Amino acid sequence: MAKLVMTEEETMLADMARGFLDGSAPVSKFREMRDAGQTFDREMWKEMADMGWAGVLVPEDAGGSDMGFAAANVIAQEMGKTLAVSPFISSAVIAATALRQVSDARATEALGRIASGEATYALAVDEGIKFDPDACQMEASADGNGFRLNGKKQFVVDGALADRLLVLARTENGLTLFDIPADRAGVQRDASNMIDARDAARITFENVEATGDDVLGAVDQAMDVLRPALQAGQAALAAEMTGLSAGAFDMTVGYLKERKQFGIEIGRFQALQHRAAHLWCEIEVTASAILNAGRMLDTDPEGAELAVSLAKARATDTAKLAVIEGVQMHGGIGMTDAYDMGFYMKRARVGAEWLGDYSYHAEKIAAARGF
Amino acid sequence: MTVNPTEEFRAELRAWLEENCPEEMRDGKMTEEGICWGGKNWKFTSEAQKVWLERCASKGYTVPTWPVEYGGAGLTRDQEKIFVEEMDRINARSPLQSFGIWMLGPALLHFGSHEQKLHYLPPIARGEIRWCQGYSEPGAGSDLANVQTKGEDKGDHWLINGQKIWTSYADKADWIFALVRTDREAPKHKGISFLLCDMEQEGVETRPIKMISGISPFCETFFTDAVIPKEQIVGEENKGWDVAKYLLTHEREMISGGGAGLSGGGRALGAVISDTIDDMDAILRADAMRCEVDALAIGLTLERYKDQSEAGQGAGDASAMLKYMGTELNKQRHELMMSAGGSDALEWDGPLGNRAGDWLRTKANSIEGGTSEVMLSIVSRRVLGLPA
Repeated sequence: MAKLVMTEEETMLADMARGFLDGSAPVSKFREMRDAGQTFDREMWKEMADMGWAGVLVPEDAGGSDMGFAAANVIAQEMGKTLAVSPFISSAVIAATALRQVSDARATEALGRIASGEATYALAVDEGIKFDPDACQMEASADGNGFRLNGKKQFVVDGALADRLLVLARTENGLTLFDIPADRAGVQRDASNMIDARDAARITFENVEATGDDVLGAVDQAMDVLRPALQAGQAALAAEMTGLSAGAFDMTVGYLKERKQFGIEIGRFQALQHRAAHLWCEIEVTASAILNAGRMLDTDPEGAELAVSLAKARATDTAKLAVIEGVQMHGGIGMTDAYDMGFYMKRARVGAEWLGDYSYHAEKIAAARGF
Repeated sequence: MTVNPTEEFRAELRAWLEENCPEEMRDGKMTEEGICWGGKNWKFTSEAQKVWLERCASKGYTVPTWPVEYGGAGLTRDQEKIFVEEMDRINARSPLQSFGIWMLGPALLHFGSHEQKLHYLPPIARGEIRWCQGYSEPGAGSDLANVQTKGEDKGDHWLINGQKIWTSYADKADWIFALVRTDREAPKHKGISFLLCDMEQEGVETRPIKMISGISPFCETFFTDAVIPKEQIVGEENKGWDVAKYLLTHEREMISGGGAGLSGGGRALGAVISDTIDDMDAILRADAMRCEVDALAIGLTLERYKDQSEAGQGAGDASAMLKYMGTELNKQRHELMMSAGGSDALEWDGPLGNRAGDWLRTKANSIEGGTSEVMLSIVSRRVLGLPA
């Protein structure tokens, strides 16, 4: 029976990840990137790939480290703490999981390039302001032996700089997932100027050619491939947001212990103690949902939907609380750009929307729980 | 082919339950009238209730994780999970509940001598002796260590004088475990002893307190020259606070999971609401969904802490968190159930049974066993390290 306890391997992985991120990707590194307008550090991604992170969900015979979903969550959670910027969730989690559902030579080769860090991916699903894959309207009309893609996507996370795109489009009898190079003729990418200073794009597809080889999985059957990929991505994002909550929380408690007003540390005031304690309780409860989602994806992926939605719903709510309380308990300094708390707040808001917001996932839970 | 030992256990247990759990005990009824509390004065509500208790006790299933020699079944954590699942599967009632099982038992297992365990635990497991808790006093609520009930050293026994309050079911209990001040000179945490007292003696009186829910689960208990022999102490003299705190962690976990329908068997809130309302309005639905999301996550947290404690990663202060989160959630859940019940829920013993009484009862959840505010203060000091 899967236990809700970190294994020794997971604890070691978390320690290693923390060691690397504290050294190479602390929040000050994010600030440098933000100031320089940089949304991707390919060298750092190569380093992460060398540690096996890019291939965390890639089979060993395809060149990956194949550590599983719970391990991917551990890495994402640590990245969340220091706001480390990388295409981890888009490439190593979502794209790798999608490609893994397909067992052909092309997919295996693509997985190898993800694991080595050579190729990065972005998932192009959203067309409106809310995540809703079933509402996809983008057309992939039959054209000879292939397809012509026409339509628009938005909030394509990591989409401005990714090497390849996973694109969801409507075919004759359903939805189909395409795996195409981002520089194919007719693809126009406009980088979005995001509040979290990370890569996202609006992408227009105009008569983009796609062949049968570009279809990932079967025509009209996108969800067979996409559903597990989305679940893995949602769980990893939830883990990142829980790490983010912990990062914001640690900063806040540190501040309560050193900031003095009325001649004493403000952490002595019960009003603030109880706010901080409540926040800690919420983070602890959410951490259980994250651990559970990883365990379910590793042991019973078919039955993991409730666990994943629970993780994302709770993580979204908790991260919101963590950053709101973080700013409030810091007072005015928390509102300044010179201070890091605002970075956490902006990332939490973007994470809240990506891959389904609180309502989206609460509805999934409600459906499973007799509402 | 090897058989997975846990699955083998499941098969055996399932067969045993099929054969031994009386049909009437498969209604999952865990309301006041469905619970079997045991004790010398217990009147079984049916023959089935009696048979079910006896059969479970003979297998150690009233206290499945306790060691076999003390009346339990010695189940591992994995087996315990299976036990809960299989009981839920047939919607079986718990055969026995008591403060002996939830509170005194764990404290005795940790602090008691082998003789004490042999003497006190099996009668708890068999439902023969019912215990109550003598902790709070009129002047010792949140400031529990301020207990003033006095124990005078008389050589081979203590002479007890004082008053306890909120002693749940004291009027129905056979024995009481009590915090008694045995050293009046020492600092308040260091002069308390944890004593076991037979209530069937001159000098121990109880008086029920009528609560807002209309029932009287709580009592006042008065000690007037009551006698407690020296061997009826758990742990060392004047070190009762350690036992008291340990027991409180179990009490808090019990309160956090017990009422919220978090551990097994609890019906989803959406389903409960749908019993009375076909078409939930948007606000009730949204509130209920949020409550459901939190209930699932808190339920997982209970499981996680049990798994951690089995793996030797126990976090004692986590019980404060669980207690706070679980009881606040339970209050919210019952508010929503009242809302879902509409005017039907406003009648005592109306169409929805005792829904109003249950709702009112939950308001004590965030007070008993340490208030929510005390829990938050414990977290802020012991976990976050914020200065007092």
